[in-house]
Amino acid sequence: MIRLEKRPQPSKAWTVLTPILAVILTMIFGGIMFGLIGTSPVEAIRTIFWDPLFHPQFANFSRPQLLVKAGPLILIAIGLSIGFRAGIWNIGAEGQYIIGAICGAGAGLALYPMESALILPLMVVAGALGGWAWAMIPALLKVKFGTNEILVSLMLVYVAENLLASVSSGLLRNPEGMGFPGSRNLSQWSSSQNLELIPNTGMHLGVLTAFIAVILAYVLLTRHIQGYNIRLTGEAPRAAKFSGVSPARTILFCLGLAGALAGMAGLFEVTGPAGQISIDFGSGYGFTAIIVAFLGRLHPVGILLAGLLMALTYIGGELAQLMLGVPGASIQLFQGMLLFFLLGVDVLTNYRVRFGAAEVA
Amino acid sequence: MPDDLLRLDGLTKAYPGVVANDDVSFDIREGEIHALLGENGAGKSTLVKMIYGLVKPDKGSMTLRGKPYTPSEPSAARQAGVAMVFQHFSLFDALDVAENVALGMENPPKPRDLARQIREVSETYGLPLDPSRTVGTLSAGERQRVEIIRCLLQDPKLLIMDEPTSVLTPQEVEILFETLRKLKSEGTAILYISHKLEEIRALCDHATILRLGKKVATCTPSETTARAMAEMMVGSSFASPAAKAKTPGEGLLRVDNLTMPAPGAFGTPLRGISFELRAGEVLGFGGVAGNGQDELLLALSGERTSQRGTIWVKGADVSRDGPVERRAVGFLTAPEERLGHAAAPNMSLTENAVLTAGRRQRLVNKGFINWGRADGFAQDVIKRFDVRTPGTHVAARALSGGNLQKFVIGREVAQNPDILVVNQPTWGVDAAAAAAIRQALLDLAAQGAAILVVSQDLDELMEIADRFGALNEGRLSALRPVADLSIDEIGLMMGGAHDMEVAHVAE
Amino acid sequence: MDLSNINPILLVASIMISATPILLAAIGEMVVEKSGVLNLGVEGMMITGAVIGFIIAINTGSPLLGFATAAIAGAVLSLAFGVLTQIFLSNQVATGLGLTLVGLGLSSLLGKPYEGQKTVTLPKLDIPILSDLPVVGRMLFSHDIMVYVSLGIVVAVWAFLKHTRAGLILRAVGESHESAHALGYKVIRVRMLAIMFGGACAGLGGAYLSLVRVPQWTEGMTAGAGWIALAIVVFASWRAGRVLVGAYLFGGITVLQLNLQAAGMTWGVQYLSMSPYLITILVLVLISSNRSRGSHNAPANLGQTFHATR
Repeated sequence: MIRLEKRPQPSKAWTVLTPILAVILTMIFGGIMFGLIGTSPVEAIRTIFWDPLFHPQFANFSRPQLLVKAGPLILIAIGLSIGFRAGIWNIGAEGQYIIGAICGAGAGLALYPMESALILPLMVVAGALGGWAWAMIPALLKVKFGTNEILVSLMLVYVAENLLASVSSGLLRNPEGMGFPGSRNLSQWSSSQNLELIPNTGMHLGVLTAFIAVILAYVLLTRHIQGYNIRLTGEAPRAAKFSGVSPARTILFCLGLAGALAGMAGLFEVTGPAGQISIDFGSGYGFTAIIVAFLGRLHPVGILLAGLLMALTYIGGELAQLMLGVPGASIQLFQGMLLFFLLGVDVLTNYRVRFGAAEVA
Repeated sequence: MPDDLLRLDGLTKAYPGVVANDDVSFDIREGEIHALLGENGAGKSTLVKMIYGLVKPDKGSMTLRGKPYTPSEPSAARQAGVAMVFQHFSLFDALDVAENVALGMENPPKPRDLARQIREVSETYGLPLDPSRTVGTLSAGERQRVEIIRCLLQDPKLLIMDEPTSVLTPQEVEILFETLRKLKSEGTAILYISHKLEEIRALCDHATILRLGKKVATCTPSETTARAMAEMMVGSSFASPAAKAKTPGEGLLRVDNLTMPAPGAFGTPLRGISFELRAGEVLGFGGVAGNGQDELLLALSGERTSQRGTIWVKGADVSRDGPVERRAVGFLTAPEERLGHAAAPNMSLTENAVLTAGRRQRLVNKGFINWGRADGFAQDVIKRFDVRTPGTHVAARALSGGNLQKFVIGREVAQNPDILVVNQPTWGVDAAAAAAIRQALLDLAAQGAAILVVSQDLDELMEIADRFGALNEGRLSALRPVADLSIDEIGLMMGGAHDMEVAHVAE
Repeated sequence: MDLSNINPILLVASIMISATPILLAAIGEMVVEKSGVLNLGVEGMMITGAVIGFIIAINTGSPLLGFATAAIAGAVLSLAFGVLTQIFLSNQVATGLGLTLVGLGLSSLLGKPYEGQKTVTLPKLDIPILSDLPVVGRMLFSHDIMVYVSLGIVVAVWAFLKHTRAGLILRAVGESHESAHALGYKVIRVRMLAIMFGGACAGLGGAYLSLVRVPQWTEGMTAGAGWIALAIVVFASWRAGRVLVGAYLFGGITVLQLNLQAAGMTWGVQYLSMSPYLITILVLVLISSNRSRGSHNAPANLGQTFHATR
């Protein structure tokens, strides 16, 4: 009989080891899954985790993609993780990402075809504000009425997706696009384009912003009283109130920050890799970022690594679709499994597993 | 012996790092009231849980009326005729009395019959109770009745009572004792767990004393002095708090007609509370749990702000200020619940030091935390208040209850407050630590601080307070000097006799 | 646009059809929450039920077998959630989200070959006398069996919680796992069973989407229905009768919105499509702002992890 026994304090070693264990378990069970759908497990795992970086033919193309995919994931996950630390469950980052892109792109397109170095910064601000405002809806409703932020933020994803469909065939449609839905291509307009900063690395402004966000989040959580208050709120809400932390301000701060970061991620995506507002702009980054945040143990440095790993599974997954013909959905399942295993093995951080006589309980 | 109801033989139970019970043997006779006596952490709870089938002993055996007794779960114990009234109640707030009773029975009758039976039993034993009331709306004493009736409906041979009087007024205690004596006369044996010696001397036929998991003695309480039992229980003597010599100074804290609605569905509203707290004095508020203690603490700490003009510190109105602003003017509080309210369980002691001392001890500068200073302050507290811990990096939840209590009280005392309000400062703490905490509070008062102690332990209040008041249904009684109070008067004050003339007549 | 095309008899009938998936999922989740567990994976279990039910129905030709398998699939998936949250003590919010992500991935993987295919659907019942009644006959008594099964489940859940000892124990576990444990009830076992019941119901609800309501398999076809079911449980303040009201109200909004689109309302189809989600938010706000009635009815231990110590 297996018994769990609470550790006097969380194990430092297991905090680091559990994500690695979860990745290994996912590889094993993911391999079995690939085996079941008729693909060689070893080959599938190698294609996903190894080939994007080291394949003689594809690596040159796929290596820069790593940062391109990881950038938005990290940026969104950093914002989410700070909320999760405080026990505030914003799961609508996908909506905030979409609205950020719409607002940023809209602000830019309103000035088209003017040329100015100030346009991109203006768009970034508009994108951040858009995401922030979208996140303020669940935040204010929670503060004012105590409405559950999980459900509201999620419902707003569907609203945002419908808005996206509406503007891409209406308000923001390219007037020269011969009636096709979709906005002008922002990556081809010199005032709005978000290009690679260093050629062939995938490093664009959004990725840089994500790295800066990692550093700032680290400082916030470990050194600043606001970060302390956030952690305290998550660990013991009543102790936080006793300490003098205002729950309302914490909610507004956490949701607002996450929304602004997700909005910026959307803007960097629409001005760079995606290029335009279109119906299929929403890419699921907002949901995958939840996995990234947990896989990174809600720790900024962990999220950096987890974002890179998750980007790898995206690129590797595309490669596997191309080379082995595995369905795209298997990658999604693979990512979901990763989160599941992580949550499962997480028990080792706070509990000791004992084998012995059953306790009557 | 034919008249043994339950015989315990060499019961042993070990948890990682601690032996909760070590080779404990004693007998409970038919129809006797048997006391189980010991300090917090002496192993009383574990022993009782073994008898009730919640915990399985590692070694040893039990015999019930001559037959081997090995309850694998509480329902087996109930079927064998063993019932238990819990210390921290096993009730469900949102369910009604009848549902709560049914949950504690093996084969409950139909709802209508059950309601009738509840009424019958409650009349027979003088425990009035309405079966259709929601339990969350009951007072602590009424909640205990639910537990007792739940047990009595099953005609138990052995009734286990875990610290039953800690939630009762002296008058309610008398009623309970009447009920227990009546049960005894009908042949029910009672295992009575307590650390209150006078109660045990008044009620029990035999007493078994546990210390650090071992049985140290069995005695006849009526023939043993309280002092002798205390020594057996504690094992060594400890310093009692030093005597007090006071000249109260200026008024530091004034509460003026403080009225607030209940914070939740099952809370207590505060009704017109007024008092003044002066420099150098210790004011004690007694009362049965659930009569507004927690709500008063929330209002004083600033976690819930009250109407303008209700709370004054040194002449300034702080009613609308939050905890941070109140601490800044030297007004500190310590809530009852250590883990989760006074301290964050998973955070280190250093981090927990920042929780209340950030501003006052200048641990935070321009928004950034100086972890070096914070650690230094945590170490100070640990040293000054003898907190036993491997270091400041340890999570709060890893400390024993007494040590954590010393830490959270010490954290406030070490900030040299002008006003300190503490709720249940020694709840669940061993005698030595409790004495140390009381001494720290008295020392602080001697330095000129004003101290309010809210506690359900009347002995504690009598020992350290200068003036006493009682909370009842969110109202505060008139304040009286402790020196000329009798236990009867205290009981009347706790029971809500606001008209003090009545109390005088009773003298 | 021409509103006269909307036939009131068909409207009521289609409200019942459109409400059934959410009703099934919501009544299951209500039982789960009553036991003190918050499973946010309803969406994932629904969509898994939808795909499994469809696959089995198309391969066996039996929609009822499809429903049965969908229920089992939902329960199995919820068992994973149960093991993680109850035995491995993982965070319920995170695990529920994970369950949804896994369910979405799993379903699109399994459903790929079946996209666009047609399946046999459940026949409409022809109840003697009742079905032949004018107006009400077509409105209420000419549905497929699952509509009545879902109503039966609601009644059964109500009776179970209100009148049985097992229901009392389930409520007690949700109110205070500490007290329930002290009285010797198996908190984890009770919760596991509740979680699996919730999973089975969500599976049935999903299968109703793919086998009756649409009836087809398309990726992501639940489109937030699981989340709306969660919102309905809050709306209903954990009462079976009100879950029924909430689900039918919501079904009404969805059908009305579709009817308006069909009636040729031209401006902004997207705004009509987003209306169910906006109305859900609105309802949540109304319920939560009226605290005296709603939220105090939430099970006291909802979402809290239980670990028996000593």
